[in-house]
Amino acid sequence: MLSLAGGAILALFILSLLALALARSSLAHHLVYGGSFAASGVLAGAALFGLGHSGPAETLTLPIGLPWLSGHLRLDLLSGYFLLVVNLLAALASLFGWQYGRHEKEPQRVLPFYPLFLAGMSLVVVADDAFIFLLSWEFMSLSSWLLVLAAHEEMDARRAAYVYVVMACAGTILLLLAFGLLAGANGDYSFAAMRTHRLSPLLAAGVLALTLAGAGSKAGLVPLHVWLPLAHPAAPSHVSALMSGVMTKVAIYALVRILFDLVGPPQSWWGVVVLLVGGITALLGVLYALMQHDLKRLLAYHTVENIGIIVIGLGLSLAFRAEGLAALAALALAAALFHVLNHALFKSLLFLGSGAVLTATGERDMERLGGLIHRMPVTAFTFLIGSAAISALPPFNGFVSEWLTFQAILGGALSETWVLKFAVPVVGAALALAAALAAVCFVKAFGVVFLGRPRSDAARDAHEVGRVMLAPLAILAALCVVLGVLPSGVIQLLRPLVTALVPEAPVPLEGTSWLMLIPLGLERSSYSGFIVLVSVALLAGTLVVAIHRLASDRVRRGAAWDCGFPDARPATQYTASSFAQPIRRIFGSVAFGAREQVEMPEPGDVRPARFEVAIGDPAWDGIYAPLARLVAFVAGKLNATQFLTIRRYLSLMFAALVLLLMLVAVSQ
Amino acid sequence: MRAIVLELLQLALTVALAPLLTGLVRFVKARLNGRRGPSLIQPYRDVIRLLHKDVVLAENASWLFRVSPYLIFTAVWLAAAIVPTFAVGLVLAPTADLIALVALLGSARFLLALAAMDVGTSFGGIGASREMMIASLAEPAMLMVTFTMALLVRTTSLPHIAEFVLTHDVGIRVSLGLALVSLMLVAIAENARIPVDNPATHLELTMVHEAMVLEYSGRHLALVEGASMLKLVLYLSLIACLFVPWGLALEAGDGRAIAIGIASYLGKLAAGGVLLGVFETSIAKLRVFRVGEFLGGALLLALLAAVFLYVSQGL
Repeated sequence: MLSLAGGAILALFILSLLALALARSSLAHHLVYGGSFAASGVLAGAALFGLGHSGPAETLTLPIGLPWLSGHLRLDLLSGYFLLVVNLLAALASLFGWQYGRHEKEPQRVLPFYPLFLAGMSLVVVADDAFIFLLSWEFMSLSSWLLVLAAHEEMDARRAAYVYVVMACAGTILLLLAFGLLAGANGDYSFAAMRTHRLSPLLAAGVLALTLAGAGSKAGLVPLHVWLPLAHPAAPSHVSALMSGVMTKVAIYALVRILFDLVGPPQSWWGVVVLLVGGITALLGVLYALMQHDLKRLLAYHTVENIGIIVIGLGLSLAFRAEGLAALAALALAAALFHVLNHALFKSLLFLGSGAVLTATGERDMERLGGLIHRMPVTAFTFLIGSAAISALPPFNGFVSEWLTFQAILGGALSETWVLKFAVPVVGAALALAAALAAVCFVKAFGVVFLGRPRSDAARDAHEVGRVMLAPLAILAALCVVLGVLPSGVIQLLRPLVTALVPEAPVPLEGTSWLMLIPLGLERSSYSGFIVLVSVALLAGTLVVAIHRLASDRVRRGAAWDCGFPDARPATQYTASSFAQPIRRIFGSVAFGAREQVEMPEPGDVRPARFEVAIGDPAWDGIYAPLARLVAFVAGKLNATQFLTIRRYLSLMFAALVLLLMLVAVSQ
Repeated sequence: MRAIVLELLQLALTVALAPLLTGLVRFVKARLNGRRGPSLIQPYRDVIRLLHKDVVLAENASWLFRVSPYLIFTAVWLAAAIVPTFAVGLVLAPTADLIALVALLGSARFLLALAAMDVGTSFGGIGASREMMIASLAEPAMLMVTFTMALLVRTTSLPHIAEFVLTHDVGIRVSLGLALVSLMLVAIAENARIPVDNPATHLELTMVHEAMVLEYSGRHLALVEGASMLKLVLYLSLIACLFVPWGLALEAGDGRAIAIGIASYLGKLAAGGVLLGVFETSIAKLRVFRVGEFLGGALLLALLAAVFLYVSQGL
């Protein structure tokens, strides 16, 4: 299977070259999206086959790589699971892009890099040495950077791409250092060697910090998230879906691979650190999301929130594992990995849905949309399912994984460590608050975009998008329902994987049947999405029949009541900003330094009144802006060294040489 | 078989009792205000009258607006069918634990808020926005109460919590008291009661729940109103099940135990309704933006309850 997967990845690289050669022709368009669809389908199939097939992990040695280290690929259960997540979504996004990308103004800025991006992501998860891993990681980063730059004539996109490339490079350097520590002084960069190499506690802590910062910057952990809401929305929508839904998962893969597999058994305080970072990320992500009125940026901030939820699960698992509560560690890890798949599904669904809205109206600003449920019924319905799923509402898939995370959190009561005892309920409260705020945010997003009356001509004249774009939306929405109602299939996929990563644990979610999800025993807790769905359908059906038969089934249409004063102007509706105002009042001044300014003209003055809201991101104002100023200041000072005489340059070189020799002498 | 019969009995009982409980609360409030008030069964008449009326839909109402009342009512009904009211051993009980129950109610609220925004009136938006703000604070408080219970009894499954409290000597604990107060604050907020919202208001700018349902009429309005009556029953049942489960028929209970269970359940509901009426009469409504403090208090109390349990298993 691995050679098949390798072949498909190679095909993606060739597609990229072909697209370069064919440049602007329409053949390139069909070749790239059709080819990517096929290659991703093959990869997803290979991954699924590999997951179902028990046996030792497949390995493959490539003739390329560093001179003393040929390239290694390996397909174990963890790689297989992430390969499946990546390529399932990649196939659907390619299908969407096939039609969505047809009206791209400059296709030559998208087509060659799209297969490269897909190949990079797939290669990261099957890499089995640090060199191939980092190389494909950079393929993934730089090709997505080029895709963000596709809309290069927009100032915002250029700025987003700049911030992104700086953060991506910094992240890769940190990961490189983490692998350096893992490899040790002998410098064997294959993962197999790293597994056997045991680190001192101090060095292992260094690996934790570097991995959290390096992979975390790609995943969007607060405060390293600042590039994400800029860059994800700037790319074409099917690429946004992949960046937000899938690329962040590749970063989660890096976290899991290093922290659960390569570095060895965790220390007791690691879990608490990861847990707190996750909690802060989840809460701040959703609060920022609530303040947005650009649909795609709102979705990007929600990615930050959901990454927080996944990282909470990982942190719990590390903490429980260090404490010897293996069953709970397995449960928390299973919940986190399940949420990886769930988030990939509904976030891609929502981003593709926003792409459909963008195609139909040309608008991303929610304040200029509205009433699209009448003109885009299929998009609206699938977006509704995605919204309910991301808001963790039963019976959809997002709820299942958040519920499992909550079950693991409740298990924190068994912990003996004091720090953990206090951290767990606080993180539980943060998670609960984040879940509730997500529901607020998606009532706002769906309500303002799809319900009510159109707020602009573009929204009034919108038409449903074509079938090729609707098909992936429908498939993703169906998956969100199926995984919520019958989660046992995914649980079965996850069981051997979790057991491989937490070998001391019993089989996670042992009592679970196809009908009932039972994390720790029926007397502890249980949930069945299937029964919820079936009983709601039965009860509602009975109600409809009974009421229509026995009471009344007549419907009249009339003007809206609106307390007797209906106003025909759509501007009288609640907007996204007004919807979020109560939340802004409660959390605003602390969390985002929100400033509201009302300008009321004097009586007799005919100017309209003005109302302005300014929202800041404290991470940006507090960390990045000073950092950028510092860099600019230092660069300004160093600028003088560009204009020296040759004698001065030579003496500088001599001084540097002496300094280095002294360092060598001291360290020997 | 027993489980199915009990379940059907409970489904019927909760729906049948819901208007009566609302009537009782209104009756108590009227008497305390010095009015005679409508009869106890007036809510039944209201619901039946509404069911027989035509639905007047706003011109741009979508399918979501028409489907929501049925789904909202059913979701609350299903939630009410899961809480052990007079007996444990209901067939639907393992469907959802306390956390899933809260989320199920969240689904109903999500739909109601969306339906409120569907017609595109300013009142619908104001109601939806405020309702979601209240919910976003009430839901975490509720989950922290769950957390406290889970720490104490090691389960979130409702029948098992009730059984634990019945069969073990839990005693009077500070953290249980805090959790109870917190849950009551949440119940008041979730049921749109004074001081958070006023179910009898006709002043548009102070409405929350009423603003959301302004556009509903006929059978749709009957279902939405019915759902909020049912929700009041649900929350009182939940408080009864968690904190005063005495009288509940256990798994092995015979017909006599079930009869005792039903009688004690009716007594608990009546007591809850009277207490709610007295409380609502004795307090003034809060400004909308003070609600954050009210529910923030609930959240902190619940968190404190959990922390107390950590500090000392004896408290």
